[in-house]
Amino acid sequence: MIAGYLACPTWLHRVPAGLKLGAITVLSLLVLPVMDWRVLAAGLVLVLVIYASLGREALRRLALLKPLMPLLLAIALLQGWLEAWPAAAASITRILLMVLVASLVTFTTTMQSMIDVLAPVLAPLRRLGLNPRMPALAIALVLRFVPVLLSAWQQREEAWRARTGRRASIRLIPSFIAEALRMADQVAEALDARGFNTRPSVHHLPGDKP
Amino acid sequence: MTTREFVRVALFAAIIAALGLLPKIDLPIAAGVPVTAQTLGVMLAGVLLGPRSGAAAVVLFIAVVALGAPLLAGGRGGLGVFFGPTVGFLLGWVPGVIVTGLIFRAFPKLPAGISAAAASILGGIGVVYACGIAGLVLTTGMPLAKAALASLTFLPGDLLKAIATGVVVAAMPASARMRASVPQP
Repeated sequence: MIAGYLACPTWLHRVPAGLKLGAITVLSLLVLPVMDWRVLAAGLVLVLVIYASLGREALRRLALLKPLMPLLLAIALLQGWLEAWPAAAASITRILLMVLVASLVTFTTTMQSMIDVLAPVLAPLRRLGLNPRMPALAIALVLRFVPVLLSAWQQREEAWRARTGRRASIRLIPSFIAEALRMADQVAEALDARGFNTRPSVHHLPGDKP
Repeated sequence: MTTREFVRVALFAAIIAALGLLPKIDLPIAAGVPVTAQTLGVMLAGVLLGPRSGAAAVVLFIAVVALGAPLLAGGRGGLGVFFGPTVGFLLGWVPGVIVTGLIFRAFPKLPAGISAAAASILGGIGVVYACGIAGLVLTTGMPLAKAALASLTFLPGDLLKAIATGVVVAAMPASARMRASVPQP
């Protein structure tokens, strides 16, 4: 898996996550009406300077853009050919600019601080009759299930290959999902046994306002 | 929402992620064309979990991607995805999975495989493409007709996945299918 987070600390790591998220929201609204590709290109250069200021690891992450390139090229050619080249250049640089800026936040913010920023937004869940701790637990469950599922799939695939000598087929999926659902039900039983409740707890901690 | 439903929502978000990260899978129905199976996971979420939990699973998956986990097909992830030209296809999964679930539930008399494939074509392709094309127009300023034309390149692969959804659902043990769609007391 390609890890998103840059493990070496930089100045951008110290900026609070909420501020960074606010900044990309404002920026995305600001660049939307800009139609001059030269202004956008200047912004793109500025973003690349920020990448350079974060060190070599950050610059190496620019390679993550590679899968986006064929699509952007197709859009540029189509738009330049059908409409005008300056408009094509503007939309491509705008997309590159925003993708690079938003990726900066992902590279320099831990998942935990992102979840912490979300917590106040999710607090009203209690009023909908849901336990406000659910989103964080759900995210943790997903991150734990993914490697479990991948290794379960690998076992099935190896057995299939040993039997047939062919690449994994869609025939493996139904029983794979049926087994995964069984595993999920066992996890649910384990959570229930540990007193987890999807409804907000009726007990209040001392100092909590009811 | 019971604990059981809650864990199944998390499980399906993980299944969507896992199917996107797997090496390509052979589809025997299409002369063995290899495809990535991520959208297959989205269609299956609508059919097997129903509209409400299916949508929750997709929202959870998109949230985990936004938080920085590289779980999209090909190992992409992070906030950058949400400013790329294909963002509409990603966000379109939410209404897409709801429509898929609603249509599958609307035809309980049909064989499960057939209604699952039909629901996947209407919800998983029709609705998702509508959102995806709108996203292309908004992010790139392409004219609508051209954006629609450009999206057609992905249509054959997605049609195969909708049919594959039907094949998978038909082959699921009936007990798993029932337990997945009937709410537990």
